[in-house]
Amino acid sequence: MTLIARLAMRPALYSVAGARAWFCAVSLAYFLRRVATLMPLVLVISFLAFCLVRVAPGGPFDKERAPATPDIERNLKAKYHLDEPLWKQYLRFIGIGFEKRNGEWRAFEGGLVRGDFGPSLKYRNHSVNDIIAQGLPVSLSLGMLSFCFALGFGIPLGVWTAIRRGRWQDHVGSFFSILAVCIPAFVLGPVLIVLLGIKWPVFPVGLWGGPWHVILPAITLGTYFAGKVSRLTREGMSQALHSDFITTARAKGVSERSIILRHALREGLLPVVTYSGPLLADLLVGSFVVENLFQIPGIGVFLVSSSINRDYTMVVGLVILYSVMLLALNLVVDVVYGLLDKRVKYG
Amino acid sequence: MVEATHQPSQALETGESPNRRAWLRFRDNRPAVMASVFLLALIVLALAWPLISSQGDVHSEAQFAVPSGGHWFGTDVHGRDLFGRVLAGTRISLMVGLIGALVSLVIGVLWGATAGFLGGRWDNLLMRTVDVLYSLPSIIFVIVIITTLQEVLERWLQATFGGEGGETARMLLLYAGLGAVSWLTMARIVRGQVLALRERQFVEAARSIGLGTRAILWRHILPNVFGVVIVYLTLTLPAVVLYESFLSYLGLGIQPPGASLGSLIAEGSAQINPIRVYWWMIAFPAGFLAALLMALNFLGDGLRDVFDPKVDKNC
Repeated sequence: MTLIARLAMRPALYSVAGARAWFCAVSLAYFLRRVATLMPLVLVISFLAFCLVRVAPGGPFDKERAPATPDIERNLKAKYHLDEPLWKQYLRFIGIGFEKRNGEWRAFEGGLVRGDFGPSLKYRNHSVNDIIAQGLPVSLSLGMLSFCFALGFGIPLGVWTAIRRGRWQDHVGSFFSILAVCIPAFVLGPVLIVLLGIKWPVFPVGLWGGPWHVILPAITLGTYFAGKVSRLTREGMSQALHSDFITTARAKGVSERSIILRHALREGLLPVVTYSGPLLADLLVGSFVVENLFQIPGIGVFLVSSSINRDYTMVVGLVILYSVMLLALNLVVDVVYGLLDKRVKYG
Repeated sequence: MVEATHQPSQALETGESPNRRAWLRFRDNRPAVMASVFLLALIVLALAWPLISSQGDVHSEAQFAVPSGGHWFGTDVHGRDLFGRVLAGTRISLMVGLIGALVSLVIGVLWGATAGFLGGRWDNLLMRTVDVLYSLPSIIFVIVIITTLQEVLERWLQATFGGEGGETARMLLLYAGLGAVSWLTMARIVRGQVLALRERQFVEAARSIGLGTRAILWRHILPNVFGVVIVYLTLTLPAVVLYESFLSYLGLGIQPPGASLGSLIAEGSAQINPIRVYWWMIAFPAGFLAALLMALNFLGDGLRDVFDPKVDKNC
């Protein structure tokens, strides 16, 4: 008998498969609905960011090298349409609407709906898309590595401290995870550079190149989050280890190892899963401190510099990038949550 | 240890008040007690030091002096005593943290309680706003708030009080800006609590004897949220201190000659070069910052165990 035929003869499997199919259909509908609500949310966020930077005093051309004459400034503003009313600028940014060009009405060119964030007002030879396209892969790979570092250290440490709760292992482990949360990256970075870059030159002190360049920045960026993940894991695991199903498993004689790794971990990791959405968004969009310290050409630097320089288009572009990433990751988190915890019902 | 575990249960039997029980539980949490003693000592030292010595502001010829009997923590680029500078920085950092956390407390509790209590359309509107603000990168938000309001406030201060209002304006903005970005989680937590409390019988009873919305909110619901709020407040404090130090490190926070722990660390790490490392300029401020944050975190964890004893620590 073939395997498929044998499986088909087991009615229990039918119902499980049926339930799973039903679950998939429900969660697919839920997924699609969530995706549909993302669009207006992104629009609102983009509008908010758009207004926010423009309300701030000063403009993108304040720090030009030569003191711009009023004429030059007016021309610059006209070129980038900064002299138009705010609503028109926003519509132009979105890319929906019409304007009179050479005597006839034409639709706006570019704009968000066509995936174009416009030109950067500070680095005027580059478009925001170019800058993001250049920096994002770097920030993404650094962020992914830090994420792996944070989870790889945080989860085992959290599990360990939860199992040994109240004993000295817990105290030592908890001490280190709180210490990790309390050392900011701009302290850890210089310390690592001085120790492992200058004093004992194991790693290069900066720049971006081979795999050796990645390690110090990834540790600098990930340590804080490793501490946080470890605290969350410890909390989740402690609660899971005290729930009834663990007592049942113990009563059935399930081995301690299996109780921890197969039963408790699945529930104990739920807080970490929830947290990893915003965590990953923060890491992937890059960090100003780390990229600045190690001279890494990512986009985290622009997060700070663009808002200081009033590089309007850049700020809005980065805000949209970040929020889309965050919203998408939160969506993924919700789906993963449902996979881990079957009791979750998608409404 | 036997006594320590015994006391709370004794309190339960003799029917002590919830606050007294909370205090007994807190007293048994050794890290939290040690952290609060440390914090108190640090606050007293930071506040009293300017009365004892004025070395922190005095420029001297002794640039980059190594820590010694005269200057316990060495001196900085202007020959100022680093010990006094670090204490001054601690004072500022604590103040920024405290006020920022209080601002976030006020906004967060009001917002969350209103959303949770009114429910329905209002709840939807208020919490969607929180969602939107959550998805803005907070650093951009803070920078824009600080620079936007700075000019306005500076002008206002000069008009009202005359003279130099710049530094005061900057400090006030720092508080406001940090409070304005850290109330979101507080609002979510409070809303959740209020939603749960709203359905409880004592609220129904209060309503049945004719109490108004405001009275129910103030007298019956908010006191019950208190524990969670205190816990989250102690955890917001280190977050705000950390954020402030980050901003000062960027040069957006406290400006020289003022000092916060973050700006001192920035000054220290600016002196790092391959030839000579003035380690004390980064080690002492960073050590103080880490110690301060750790104490606050231990205190927050201890308070959470006290007010939210879901996980009994001895079983």
